[in-house]
Formats: sequence, structure tokens, C-alpha cells
Amino acid sequence: MAIEVRIPTILRTYTGGEKAVTGDGAVLSALIDDLEANHPGLKERLIEDGDLRRFVNVYVNDEDVRFIGGLEAEVSDGDQVVVLPAVAGGAA
Amino acid sequence: MVGPVEPCARAKYAGPVLTIDQATYDAIVAHAKRDHPDEACGIVAGPEGSDRPERVVEMVNAAGSPTFYEFDSTELLELYKEMWDNDEEPVVIYHSHTATEAYPSRTDIGLASEPGAHYVLVSTREQGNNDGPVEFRSYRIIDGEVTEEEVTVVPELS
Repeated sequence: MAIEVRIPTILRTYTGGEKAVTGDGAVLSALIDDLEANHPGLKERLIEDGDLRRFVNVYVNDEDVRFIGGLEAEVSDGDQVVVLPAVAGGAA
Repeated sequence: MVGPVEPCARAKYAGPVLTIDQATYDAIVAHAKRDHPDEACGIVAGPEGSDRPERVVEMVNAAGSPTFYEFDSTELLELYKEMWDNDEEPVVIYHSHTATEAYPSRTDIGLASEPGAHYVLVSTREQGNNDGPVEFRSYRIIDGEVTEEEVTVVPELS
């Protein structure tokens, strides 16, 4: 068993084009470190100054991790993790 | 009917094009006018790889702002799961500018994260909520580079 992480189009350059990759970890930050070991560069696109980037959304089993502990959100085998860049912009 | 073509004409037609049907075009414009002076936002989904904008999905602007838009994160996930189930992708990502031209701002460029999408901008600065023509323009935004493309409105997608 492992944790499946769905990767958005724009980050698939780091996963050899794969739509989903797997990793391990007890919390989200550990899972991201594990992914980074196999897909270098990915972490930098997700994390900035020790926190999740403002315009990157990560969901664990459909919950936005910002509501369940952020990088400390617990994850376990069989969980479904989804990464989605925010759709945002504007004249400002 | 192949004949000599002037270089600028050839360049024009070799460029990218957004082909969109009248009803979809009208729906985007109506949404932008309705939400003015706040920015309106949404997508037009279509079958993966088809480049056919078929299904308009109006999104709530979670920022509720005249100068910024953002899809609500929970609705964003629902939207993408629905598209994955349907083997769709966001063919068009649209939003309005309500006081400035229909050209991507630095914010738009910095946050553009769908390299395969047509980014449509509508400006309601002239007409606001009222009837009348609006600026409707389309762009590719890839790695911070903006390329404007022609917009071809057809009665129906062939």
C-alpha cells in the first residue's frame, strides 16, 4: 500500500508525465519529502518558506489540507491526495 | 486555392485560434455583465485533447472582488473530479476585468497554471451591466509568456 498523489498537468514535468505518483509518510510534509526524493523539484513548487504555497491546493480524501492541519495533516496508506493549482488572477 | 500569401497574412493565419460557438460566447459575456463590477470567472470544459469548448461552468468568485478572482478551493476540487470522470479538461478558463482592458495582468500571468487552456478575458469597463459589445479576447499563457490568439465565433461547433 501507498499514498496516491494526483499531479496537475503543470507539474507533470517533474513526474515524467505521470498523472499520479505514489509516496509514503505519516504527515503531508513527510509525504512531500518522499515524493521529492523520486521527483526532484516538485517540493519547491508546493512549498515556500516552510509553508504550502498560497496558490497551490492540496486535498487529502477531498479535504483541503488548510482545514486539517496544513503540512502537518495526517496521511496514511490508501489515502487519496490531490494537488491542484488555484485558478485565480485578476486585474489587481 | 493555394497562391502567394503575404508574409503578414500567413503569420496571422498560422497563429493559434480559439473557436467557440455563439451560445457559449454569449453565456460568458452574460456572466461577466451580470457580475460586474466584480470579476466573473469560470471555465468551458471539453473532451480531453479535443480543443472543443463545450460545457460552460460558471464559478463563484470566492474573492468577491472587482480586482481579483479565485475559485473556491472546495468547488475547484469538485469541478476537476467531475472533469476527470467525464474525461474532460478545461479548454477555456475565463474571467472578466471590470475597469481595465481585456489583457492578462501580471497577476493573471503569474498564476496561470493550465498550459493547455485558452485564457479568455472579457472587459466590462465600457458597458458594465448593460447591453452592448464587450472586449472578448483569448490568450495562451505558458511559462509566463502571453500569446494572443484569434477568436472565431461560429454558429455551432462542427
